[in-house]
Amino acid sequence: MARPRAFDVTTLPGFTFIAIVSFLLLYAPIVTLVIYSFNAGDSVNLWGGFSLKWYHVAAGNEAVQGAAIRSFIIATWASVIATTVATMAALGTTRRGKYRGQSLIYIIINQPLMVPEIVTAVALLIFFSSVKIATGYTGLGYLILAHSAFCVPFAYLPIKARLEGMDINMETAAADLYATPWKAFRHVTLPLLAPGIIAGAMLAFIISLDDVIITEFVKSAGQDTLPTYMLGQLRRALTPEVNAISTVLLALSIVILALFSVVTRKRG
Amino acid sequence: MSIKVAVAARNVGKIYGAGAAAVNALGDVSIDIQQGEFFTLLGPSGCGKTTLLRCIAGFETPTSGTILLSGRDITHTPPSARPVNTVFQSYALFPHLTVADNVGFGLKMQGKSRSEVASTVARVLDLVKLEAFADRLPAQMSGGQQQRVALARALAPAPEVLLLDEPLSALDLKLRKEMQSELKRLQTETGITFVFVTHDQEEALTMSNRIAVMSAGELLQVGTPRDIYDRPVNRFVADFIGETNFLVGEVDGTAVRIASGERLDVPLNGQTGRVTLAIRPEQIKIGTVPGGLAATVTDATYLGTDTHYALALSDGSALVARVQSRTGDDFAVGDTVGVTVDASAVQVLKE
Ligand SMILES: Nc1ncnc2c1ncn2[C@@H]1O[C@H](COP(=O)(O)OP(=O)(O)OP(=O)(O)O)[C@@H](O)[C@H]1O
Ligand SMILES: [Mg+2]
Repeated sequence: MARPRAFDVTTLPGFTFIAIVSFLLLYAPIVTLVIYSFNAGDSVNLWGGFSLKWYHVAAGNEAVQGAAIRSFIIATWASVIATTVATMAALGTTRRGKYRGQSLIYIIINQPLMVPEIVTAVALLIFFSSVKIATGYTGLGYLILAHSAFCVPFAYLPIKARLEGMDINMETAAADLYATPWKAFRHVTLPLLAPGIIAGAMLAFIISLDDVIITEFVKSAGQDTLPTYMLGQLRRALTPEVNAISTVLLALSIVILALFSVVTRKRG
Repeated sequence: MSIKVAVAARNVGKIYGAGAAAVNALGDVSIDIQQGEFFTLLGPSGCGKTTLLRCIAGFETPTSGTILLSGRDITHTPPSARPVNTVFQSYALFPHLTVADNVGFGLKMQGKSRSEVASTVARVLDLVKLEAFADRLPAQMSGGQQQRVALARALAPAPEVLLLDEPLSALDLKLRKEMQSELKRLQTETGITFVFVTHDQEEALTMSNRIAVMSAGELLQVGTPRDIYDRPVNRFVADFIGETNFLVGEVDGTAVRIASGERLDVPLNGQTGRVTLAIRPEQIKIGTVPGGLAATVTDATYLGTDTHYALALSDGSALVARVQSRTGDDFAVGDTVGVTVDASAVQVLKE
């Protein structure tokens, strides 16, 4: 009864060992970071007992509060703008026949994934500084615009995937049943697209929340976000306050990713 | 003039694409579909049935010609402004809406009041016997039930014309038969003009008031099922609808001399030269010789009520005959028989 077995990588010698080492390398630093966020002492690598002290310190620090609020404002706007642009881009690239220059459009949409981020950062720095001089405006708008731009491809991908999986006859049927193009979009395309849009918005939100390089270059004085605030702390004595902030960001990402998988699985 | 034309196509042509990749899907189609009739477009795959239907629905714009709806030119009217609804082959039900919301979609888009939508939906669901399923989602229903929802959705706004593109092809044989009579009943009850597409000739014959036979983007013949079956205009139609024997011959006075050299009396309409005779298998009578054309039985298949005989004339040309089985007068393979056909049952086709 011995049936020939398909090749299975888990039967190779040393598989378990390599797997364990890989997981340790990937997650041990993160676990350590989380553990030390509960350190009662002042060190990020000397354990001084359990406490929530650094969470209180972080929550009471006005610089952290300001950075957190800024991060959320930017991430929220960036995900709204990027998702809107990405939805229109996805409709434009999947809902009409092939046309000349289509691959160029794909490249333009996905450009932030391909151009080194530091290049975009420097380019934006130079561009925005001229704009700042010309307009005198120094608010969060620059960061919001920059984040929106690099979030577009992340929002675009799940939306495009969803659109491509959608029966084109849905829109034809809506038009047949007296729906104008706008009503067909509103009552048929949009609801069917919603899981893709929500997924895209969540991805964009996380990507924006996490960004360091572009933010560091584009921000004006006093416009730290959580990641750039933490980067700034590196230049001083590092305390578990940074661990506490990181742990909160980590928890937030996990919650959003969990929601993301629920949304993409259930209605998909 | 009590007969009104619901849909008319005037010299409609459709070319997909351009240049070397251009596909000539419709040649020059002119057709009048009357109000309240069950009209069928019949033809082999790729002959342009769907294209014609899509031009009527407004999903495609003809390259040339015009489409009229009750006399109005609608060639360039968008689908959302045509009182015409479609039953899609894939059903295309909205998966995020309940059965009731699917059926009420068209009425809602037309801006009908909530109560009017609700009462029409209830009435139409009743008509297709789906009252109990109003709150289900399409994914929670069988293929046959989804088919009925698609029908109800297209009927609910009471269109002037209902277009059905091979709506039954995804159903199994039993369900298919059921839906055929269901469709017939709905058409009679609602009085709506049905334009039905199929490539199943039996379905076309049993359901339609009139049939249009298409081939390669052209209309070959439009007529009642009887016309088309008994009086096919050419060899393609005769061959496509039911089984047919073809005999090639030469007009010789008032008769046709066929390849075996024998003469056959047929109703000639002034044809001369070479002609093709089309004869249905059930019109062929066979008896003992002498009498009629001499033939040899090459195969006999007993099918209960009928027996199928494969026959060879003296020159070798083959004929198929279907005769009612009666005890006592059956023939065996190798028997020599006499074949006779009523002159009126022979169709003379241009070669
Ligand atoms: N969108 C399109 N682009 C290019 N060619 C097309 C398109 N749609 C149909 N055709 C071509 O036009 C011709 C007619 O197609 P159509 O779909 O009308 O045929 P049909 O009679 O409905 O066939 P079937 O019975 O297989 O559904 C075919 O040769 C087909 O390949
Ligand atoms: Mg078709």
